[in-house]
Amino acid sequence: MLIDLLIVIVKIAIMLAFVLGLVPVLVWAERKGAAFIQDRMGPAKADIFGLRLAGLFHPLADALKLLFKEDFVPEDAHPLFYRLAPVFAMAPVLLTFAVVPFGDTIEIFGRKVPLQVADLNVGILYVFAFSSLTVYGIILAGWASGNKFSLLGGLRSSAQMISYEISLGLSIIGVAMVFGSLKLSDIARAQGELLFGVIPKWGVVVQPLGFILFLVSVFAESARIPFDLPEGESEIVAGFHTEYGSFKFAMFFLAEYVHVVVASGLIATLYFGGWQIPYLYADGFHLFGKVLHLPFALVVIMQVLAFVVKVLFFCWFFIWVRWTIPRFRYDQVMRLGWKVLLPLALANIFITGSVLLLFGGAKPL
Amino acid sequence: MERILFFIFGFVAVFGSIMVVSRRHPISSVMYLLLTLFSVAALFVLRKSHFIAAIQIIVYAGAVVVLIVFVIMLLNVAESKIPVERPTLAQGVGVVAAGLLMLEGALVGSRYGAQIEKAVDVGTVEAVGKALFTSYLLPFEITSLLLLAAIVGSIVLARKKF
Amino acid sequence: MIRVKKVSRPKEIPLTEKLYLVEIAKGLAVTMNHFLKNLTNPRSIPTIDYPEVKRPVPPRFRGRHRLTKRPDGTPKCVACYCCATACPAVCITIEAGEHPDPQIEKYPVRFDIDMLRCIYCGMCVDACPEDAIRMDTGWYTVPERNREDLVYTIDMLLSD
Ligand code: SF4
Ligand code: SF4
Repeated sequence: MLIDLLIVIVKIAIMLAFVLGLVPVLVWAERKGAAFIQDRMGPAKADIFGLRLAGLFHPLADALKLLFKEDFVPEDAHPLFYRLAPVFAMAPVLLTFAVVPFGDTIEIFGRKVPLQVADLNVGILYVFAFSSLTVYGIILAGWASGNKFSLLGGLRSSAQMISYEISLGLSIIGVAMVFGSLKLSDIARAQGELLFGVIPKWGVVVQPLGFILFLVSVFAESARIPFDLPEGESEIVAGFHTEYGSFKFAMFFLAEYVHVVVASGLIATLYFGGWQIPYLYADGFHLFGKVLHLPFALVVIMQVLAFVVKVLFFCWFFIWVRWTIPRFRYDQVMRLGWKVLLPLALANIFITGSVLLLFGGAKPL
Repeated sequence: MERILFFIFGFVAVFGSIMVVSRRHPISSVMYLLLTLFSVAALFVLRKSHFIAAIQIIVYAGAVVVLIVFVIMLLNVAESKIPVERPTLAQGVGVVAAGLLMLEGALVGSRYGAQIEKAVDVGTVEAVGKALFTSYLLPFEITSLLLLAAIVGSIVLARKKF
Repeated sequence: MIRVKKVSRPKEIPLTEKLYLVEIAKGLAVTMNHFLKNLTNPRSIPTIDYPEVKRPVPPRFRGRHRLTKRPDGTPKCVACYCCATACPAVCITIEAGEHPDPQIEKYPVRFDIDMLRCIYCGMCVDACPEDAIRMDTGWYTVPERNREDLVYTIDMLLSD
């Protein structure tokens, strides 16, 4: 009992450390990457004892600065909700990561320990449930600030998130249909299989359309460029966080990057095999009938690393896209969501269903 | 353990719903509504109805309440313009009556063997899916037709230039 | 008559562009190219690492003022107020004093330039009959923490 509890706590700690620890690195990568994409140097000045590390200390300096700034509540703001909004923005995103598996089930002290904080049998639905709640942070912030730009940002985000939640949900249904489970650990495990003996059965291979739909929707859900209308600074100052400063702003900032990490984790888990490395199984590499035996501990470590690498890649992808594509106009966002993504997601489900019925051996009821 | 959690979430749900109707500011009401929905979802989880719980949050907390907030924000009534309601005698009587009714319900329930049963699998994905697509197929399809009609109707209404 | 230049627009957007995805992939390729180029060869970035590295100033750059000196080290300025009069920003304050040498008559006791107001037009240099003020230091006004520090006094102007 106690050991079980301890294991869970340790897993939560690892998860939190990973997600929150990744944030400063991401901020740094974002600024440095943006600079390099735009032929600039990027941050390079902050130093500790003369050590600069290509500006790696800038996020630290930023965090310190934000901590020491005056914690200010504007006169027109709603005193309670203004303070609550950053929490609402932060909590659901962090919670979402609980169901993302970062490795196979291992045995510690004779106990089976899945490398996942919570293996819910409605994992995917849990993800939806909490990602649909992130909008409250933004709406509340927009409304409670007592500023018209914030309000506009809040309105935009609520409309945008509701629209894209639908295509997000529908695009994942295809994955659930193919792998026959809503459990994220099952989905990750099923992606270790091979199609025709060579191609890894990753979600992106069996659900290419679904992957693109999911990718676009997840960008829209996390309100990153090109869907960052809630904070479109050229139109509405900074949108929902116009009135926020000091650490409350830092919370929004953190939430945005945590959202990126979580979204990357989901993309990796649902469409890129989660912790699976192609051809690598519990006892080693299997390729063309040959087997390269590896110790189990090494395999587990490699798999966890593979997951981390995949997450990092998609985090970078988010950054990369941000510095490539300009922001959509509001009506374009709405048109894309309702008139393109939604019908395509429905078509994707229909096609997946028909293929499964015809070739996949799914029994009709 | 389960029973303790049940009482905690049950209490929060009841408390939340009382706050929903008694708050003066609509946004406060909405936030309490959210709290209530959450604790009800937690109650569903305690009954092993994970699917229902997740759907409860996705549909109600994630969509319906967001729309309510949307409307409240669009109207954005100033704090000073919200009328102050004084409790009337009729309301007081109503509250007392509702309380008595609840008490009665609890008494009747405990009298006629409504013990806390073991959680059964009625709210899992498989159970709900099976039920929807076999025994309740017709009502399910009729509901979807109804919703379709509602969608089309709202679009027609929205397009009309009055 | 205003002439209007007609810009032809593509009548039909090709399908590949309508699909967005291909174009987005192309865009990603462009940014990735830049990123990789700059990552592997940071020297190609035109950024100047400012406080450590300074851009070479062209010889006729109109920079911060200085007051020129006589061979004995006293300012050449005769406190004629020509520069103060010419200055469009009215930022030169001069206070004249009697010079011990009767040939020279006056010298500036106080010569302040308010750098916050100066627009670096160079009118003062043009106006000076004695070539006593020049803007050839090749240096900008450095930022300070309060306004008073940006009023440059005669000592500062004479020092370089
Ligand atoms: S440069 Fe122009 S503005 Fe500046 S002190 Fe000389 S005359 Fe005045
Ligand atoms: S114009 Fe020349 S000589 Fe006259 S006050 Fe100015 S600096 Fe001195």
